[in-house]
Amino acid sequence: MLWMEKFKKSKFRIFKTFLISKFVFINGIISIVVLGLILAFLIYNSLKFFSSYPFFDFISGTRWSPTVNEKFGFVPLMVGSLEVAFGAILIAVPLGIGVAIYIGELAPRLVRETLKPIIEVLATIPSVVLGFIGLKTVVPFVKNIFSLSIGLTALSGSIILAFMSLPTIISISEDAINAVPNGLRNASLALGANKWETTYKIVVPTASSGILAAVMLGLGRIIGETMAVLMITGNSPRIVFSWLQPVRTITATIAAEMGETVQGGLHYSALFGIGLVLFLVTFLTNFTADRFVNRIRNII
Amino acid sequence: MKRKNLIQKFWNYLLLFITLIVVVFVLGIIIYLIVKGLPALSWEFITQKPEAGMRGGGIFPAILGTLYLIIGTIIFSLPVGIFAALYLNEYASKNRLTRIIRLSIVNVSGVPSVVFGLFGLGFFVILLKFGKSILAGSLTLALLILPVIITASEEALKTVPDSYRQASLALGATKWQTVIKVILPQALPGIVTGSVIGIGRAAGETAPIIFTVAAFSQPNLPNSVFSQVMALPYHLYVLATQVPNAPENIQWGTALVLLLLVLFFTIAGTVIRTRARLRKVNL
Amino acid sequence: MSNNIKIKVKNYGFYYGKIKVLSDITMDIEQNTITAIIGPSGCGKSTFIRTFNRMNDLIANSKVTGEVSVDGINIYKNNVDVVELRKKVGMVFQRPNPFPKTIYDNIAYGPRLHARYSKQKLEHIVEDSLKKAALWDEVKNKLHTNALELSGGQQQRLCIARVLAVNSEIILMDEPASSLDPISTQKIEDLIDELKENYTIIIVTHNMQQAARISQKTAFLLTEKIDEPARLIEYDDTNKIFTNPGDKRTENYITGRFG
Repeated sequence: MLWMEKFKKSKFRIFKTFLISKFVFINGIISIVVLGLILAFLIYNSLKFFSSYPFFDFISGTRWSPTVNEKFGFVPLMVGSLEVAFGAILIAVPLGIGVAIYIGELAPRLVRETLKPIIEVLATIPSVVLGFIGLKTVVPFVKNIFSLSIGLTALSGSIILAFMSLPTIISISEDAINAVPNGLRNASLALGANKWETTYKIVVPTASSGILAAVMLGLGRIIGETMAVLMITGNSPRIVFSWLQPVRTITATIAAEMGETVQGGLHYSALFGIGLVLFLVTFLTNFTADRFVNRIRNII
Repeated sequence: MKRKNLIQKFWNYLLLFITLIVVVFVLGIIIYLIVKGLPALSWEFITQKPEAGMRGGGIFPAILGTLYLIIGTIIFSLPVGIFAALYLNEYASKNRLTRIIRLSIVNVSGVPSVVFGLFGLGFFVILLKFGKSILAGSLTLALLILPVIITASEEALKTVPDSYRQASLALGATKWQTVIKVILPQALPGIVTGSVIGIGRAAGETAPIIFTVAAFSQPNLPNSVFSQVMALPYHLYVLATQVPNAPENIQWGTALVLLLLVLFFTIAGTVIRTRARLRKVNL
Repeated sequence: MSNNIKIKVKNYGFYYGKIKVLSDITMDIEQNTITAIIGPSGCGKSTFIRTFNRMNDLIANSKVTGEVSVDGINIYKNNVDVVELRKKVGMVFQRPNPFPKTIYDNIAYGPRLHARYSKQKLEHIVEDSLKKAALWDEVKNKLHTNALELSGGQQQRLCIARVLAVNSEIILMDEPASSLDPISTQKIEDLIDELKENYTIIIVTHNMQQAARISQKTAFLLTEKIDEPARLIEYDDTNKIFTNPGDKRTENYITGRFG
């Protein structure tokens, strides 16, 4: 019977199906591979630094002076990064959540449809362009208003980074607000609450874990941002607790110094070391944010 | 009762005000950039090489370099990203592995761009001995935008109705034939839209290319994938911070060209999406 | 009649994960006959019909027990190629699901998958299939327009033509007219009746009049208690089922006492 023979799987087809599924699978796990490779390379290249430079001196050292006397104190960079990030979050959070509530909940349709794309454009402006514009506008502005000798300060960096993180904070908060079921709104309105009371007593609390995730993802962007801070925070690796002084962040240090290092040298390895710290910090931030995002998905 | 409504009015106007601050800021940036940059734009500016230590001439090598990087990035990221999305949406069953994959995608997209630069330096430039080159740079950028492409492709694949898959399989198509002949053609506009916007983002990135490809000055045009090139974002950085007394109009002109290039991708992506939607509505 | 058996089902059962939804079905399906499967909604009719072309394979964690043979071959044996099976056993779905391609490309889709045809040969197949599906006169002047522009009834006949183009011998129809208006339904029913000359047709329907009108054999499936699998209550000539059912439960269903 010819039909019986045809019915059997051909060896060729079995083989072909096998190859295709393996091929697709390899592409499928690419992101795991990339993440693993990045981590492995950061560790591999920073091994030399962590094995030869005392860890305590690194983590508590107050001087970063790699070329003059091979001092790799992490504190100034950490303080610089935290200062800029803290300032940026302070500015970005009220702005971002305010815009998200207005656009997501209060604005009339027409206003929303006009304003949303404009804010989305902000996300597409490259960070080097924002850094450049900050250099030409925010920096002189900060210099003049506080009558400083130099406008390249932590505050200038915070302002630009705040705007850079806004698209992330706004769009994810707005998603969370939109995900609040209409039934809750109607129930509140039916009980005699007006729109604003419904918004801040029902909608915002319900969306709060999504809004928190948005802030964390924004924070992740701020900590990882390189070019703008490199251009406008002044890059001075001293420990200062003032927003009106130049600082230097972890990211800017890597970008500014990598070009001067000897490949495989201690300085080179140290930069991979602080890259590893940066990776772990942003990884934790994103991981936590993702947990929050998943939680809203599960609740709603 | 009156008080209640006054409070509501107050907050409404306050939040509107906040929103307008952000909107004015965004529009302000773009208008300011256009006003300051437009006078510098000329045919010569975009077709000639820099002169007098970058204090004169044009930015052609940087534009060309960025275009090469864009092409390289597309070649390295698009196929892999689409297949990764196909795996997640068509082949994989929902299990622990797919959860880990999704978590990895989220985390890769959160890795700071300068860390991609470090990785590109350690892996492509040094270990694989590509040197600072178009190849190393575009591979690094490709990894950076991979999450964007995977996510966009997956969203697009999800919009393909299941009935198409069933119809095709019931006619005796293999899974692969179904994917190639029915699912991908349907999902393509969505995939292209998301990818184009992602690629625009890659074009504007600076930190990942500093150590992997970007040249401070490279007046000679590249002749192979192992050449170093100038690139617009890095060139802007160099002009703004490393070249003393670089003429203002050249700086603004470079910034404007970069912004226009990135916006071009965003707008192109949006147009493709709108057209695809209109076509569907017309049926 | 007995040597015209096309499909044999023996002690067939089906599980979603651990839940058994179909149990103990044994029946022979005759060649060039229209066999209707009826039963209240939710009793697993659609699951059952998808057994014959193994579309249920797509459901994760599903399991089949017993034996289903087509032309004497157990199609659930390991070495059976589902692709070949689905060529032989075509399927028409509840809602018309033409691809968003031209009418021509919809029909040519199957043949192109399975062989390389010349342009003339392909055109011939398309014309022939559309004629058999009684759609040719309506679409012959717009073969290259998008199939989604057709009406629902035309789309469903296109889907039937699409199955005919791959030379199937058995056609499964899962409530093919349930989303159509009465006139389109009439056309589909006429078409099904013509097709039985050359094809073996199994049709799931919730519409008893339809089953009575078009089928020669009828199988009645029923879930008697919640949490129990559905069983084959009665399988016989359609005439007998509708005029003189052998089982009380069939009679109750036919006369509309439940379901």
